[in-house]
Amino acid sequence: MDTAQPIALTREGLEALLDALRRRGYRVVGPTVRDRAIVYDDIASIADLPRGWTDEQEGGRYRLAHRDDDALFGYAVGPHSWKKFLHPPVLNLWRARRDGTNVHVVPEPDPEERFAFIGVRSCELHAIAIQDRVFLGGPHIDPHYRARREGAFIVAVNCGTAGGTCFCVSMNTGPKATAGFDLALTEIAGEAEHLFLLEAGTEVGRAVLAELPHRAATQDEISAAGSVIAHTAASMGRKMRSDDVHALLLRNLQHPRWDEVAERCLSCGNCTMVCPTCFCTSVEESSDLTGAETSRSRRWDSCFTMDFSYIHGGSVRSSARSRYRQWMTHKLATWYDQFGSSGCVGCGRCITWCPVGIDITEEVRAIRDSEPH
Amino acid sequence: MEGLERIVKEHPFFTGLEERFCKLICGCAKNVRFEAGQYLFHEGEPADQFYLLRQGRVALQLMAPGRGAVTFQTLGPGEIVGVSWLVPPYRWAYDAKALDLNRAIAFDATCLRQKCEADHDLGYDLMKRFMSVLIQRLQATRLQILNVYGAHA
Amino acid sequence: MLDTPIGDVRAADPMAPRIARVRRRRREGPDVWTLEIEPENTEAAVFVPGQFNMLTMFGVGEAPISMSGDPAEVGRLVHTIRAVGPVSTALARLGPGEPVGLRGPFGAGWPMHEAAGRDVVVVAGGLGLAPLRPALYRLLAERKRYGQIVLLYGARGPDEILFRRELEAWRRRLDIDIEVTVDHAVGDWHGHVGVVTNLIARAVFDPLHAIALVCGPEVMMRFAITALRDAGLAEDAIYLSMERNMKCAIGLCGHCQFGPVFVCRDGPVFRLDRLRALLMLKEI
Repeated sequence: MDTAQPIALTREGLEALLDALRRRGYRVVGPTVRDRAIVYDDIASIADLPRGWTDEQEGGRYRLAHRDDDALFGYAVGPHSWKKFLHPPVLNLWRARRDGTNVHVVPEPDPEERFAFIGVRSCELHAIAIQDRVFLGGPHIDPHYRARREGAFIVAVNCGTAGGTCFCVSMNTGPKATAGFDLALTEIAGEAEHLFLLEAGTEVGRAVLAELPHRAATQDEISAAGSVIAHTAASMGRKMRSDDVHALLLRNLQHPRWDEVAERCLSCGNCTMVCPTCFCTSVEESSDLTGAETSRSRRWDSCFTMDFSYIHGGSVRSSARSRYRQWMTHKLATWYDQFGSSGCVGCGRCITWCPVGIDITEEVRAIRDSEPH
Repeated sequence: MEGLERIVKEHPFFTGLEERFCKLICGCAKNVRFEAGQYLFHEGEPADQFYLLRQGRVALQLMAPGRGAVTFQTLGPGEIVGVSWLVPPYRWAYDAKALDLNRAIAFDATCLRQKCEADHDLGYDLMKRFMSVLIQRLQATRLQILNVYGAHA
Repeated sequence: MLDTPIGDVRAADPMAPRIARVRRRRREGPDVWTLEIEPENTEAAVFVPGQFNMLTMFGVGEAPISMSGDPAEVGRLVHTIRAVGPVSTALARLGPGEPVGLRGPFGAGWPMHEAAGRDVVVVAGGLGLAPLRPALYRLLAERKRYGQIVLLYGARGPDEILFRRELEAWRRRLDIDIEVTVDHAVGDWHGHVGVVTNLIARAVFDPLHAIALVCGPEVMMRFAITALRDAGLAEDAIYLSMERNMKCAIGLCGHCQFGPVFVCRDGPVFRLDRLRALLMLKEI
């Protein structure tokens, strides 16, 4: 069987894929509807997928709506990103046991489980690659990220629907998945048979594919898949010119636009929670009443908090203006200096989940347009 | 007189001083000496001189009840002591005490002020020199006020 | 992976501390103590001047503390701590024999290589003398390698002067110029009074062949930099040690960012030309 060419799977085939992954010991997680949003969680079968659902996203707005068809992946991205599994929101680092003046530090073991991610969008593949550079590419690596990242099986999905706040095309991060996946599928859910066109990206992906009931995709089906992707690319909700942003922002650190956005920003930190590349953390020390058992945990933190930059009795960035500027210039500009790429993948989450609808594409445009041409 | 003119011209405060200005101001100048522990002047006294320090160090102090004499600035050779003579009410705002043997050139303030009024070019030259010292001391004082080494920083 | 030996812990997780013991504690001034600690595994008690460790007070927390001791003294790590918050206050109270968690050494240190053959002007303000002391030990241990060595040190008052014994001992040497000033003084202080930046103009060194090492409160460093530039030093001849909030010290928690740099990893010692523009920006 030649698994180098795109192959076609039916819904049964997709169910077989989930079974095959479970049989190989993966913990299978993917999109599912909960609390009126599409989130990432454990899924037992394709029945758990958001069949027939789509999302309506705008600045500060997220609603689910019914589709006319039974598409399983007919929506964009929700408030969760895969960082909730790879870079957990709360993580126990170590425990220390004290006995007189002796202390013994015991690190918390990382889980043995391996993840299988179902439905990873192209923007998310880029976000994972960006976090790979952050956590695995520097002089100190994060062993907890590595433990969860190594051996993760990724089933990517080429988006069939562009989200209202998406701009992956502007950031060169989609909508077609080109690298970083074990399998990539494109859903064709029209009047004809509900099909998934799959291609393998790795040997492991090919091996899993070989176990599933499938046939080679026809030329029509391949074209249809191409059209789906092209249509998505043409219907992005946002645009952002991205080739000049580093220089643009770093020469405008005193621009009055920062004061303007500061009047709207609530410093709630939603953007940092939903952003798939934000990685900042803080640590917390705990102790039992006697001080004999102590521990340290790590949790997500946000540069929007007042004490993020606290030293010597005060914060370096105490104004909302400075904190918004820090987040946006880090994401779009200094990230290049630190990690060699933009920190933004154009997923639009920060726009959707901002309670007041602040839109970084609009902020960049406002600063750029204010410069003389 | 010639010796005095040479000393004045060579003092860092008067770098580049024109010959005729030097002659003018030296008419108001004399050599002075203070022993260690002696005061050059006290807070509240008339500000009737200023000093070019040639040797030794001076502490500028204020007396604070319960704390004694608090020194807020020390000055040394190459520097000047005394700016309150420039503007009314011509009164010293602090004490100046010699920390060791001091040799200085003292300029009579009344004499200098009269000469500056008569020759505005001289007056402007002196003002520029004093302004530079005042601004530098003001900026340094601000850093002191900030108490940057304090715990709250 | 349950109870693993300390060596494995360090290799496996840079966030897990190893255990060290306090050997000596001495008071340097109001709120300032020097702790000498000895790691249980003495193989890794090596550092370069300008580096820092993360010290853990188990049950309270962890804080970045500069190393202030002689880098040539192997096996002991000396830290000077100002008790300002819960962690530093708890650390400063530890007595001999008590355990402390240790991670490090971290950071880029003072440019000892670049200083060779040049005059070295060390400008320290307040607690800033602590991370500079290791550099001074090194400079004096290899004295012939350097030109003039000048130490200009400013403290709040005579009681706050750190390392008085060392300063006196160094003063007795003839191959280092030391000037100490205080912001204000009462009683029998006969030394300089005034800001440390005042001392720069009168210090003796060749600005074209000198390097400056500056550490202290940021405001003081900005003034010192201006005075050093006025004295003729170029931007690539001035080094400063920055400080920011740190939670990990390994460039992963994000807190210590200053523009594009991570202070824990790209610093804390930086050459001035790299930071020049950033220092003038508020709240960056």
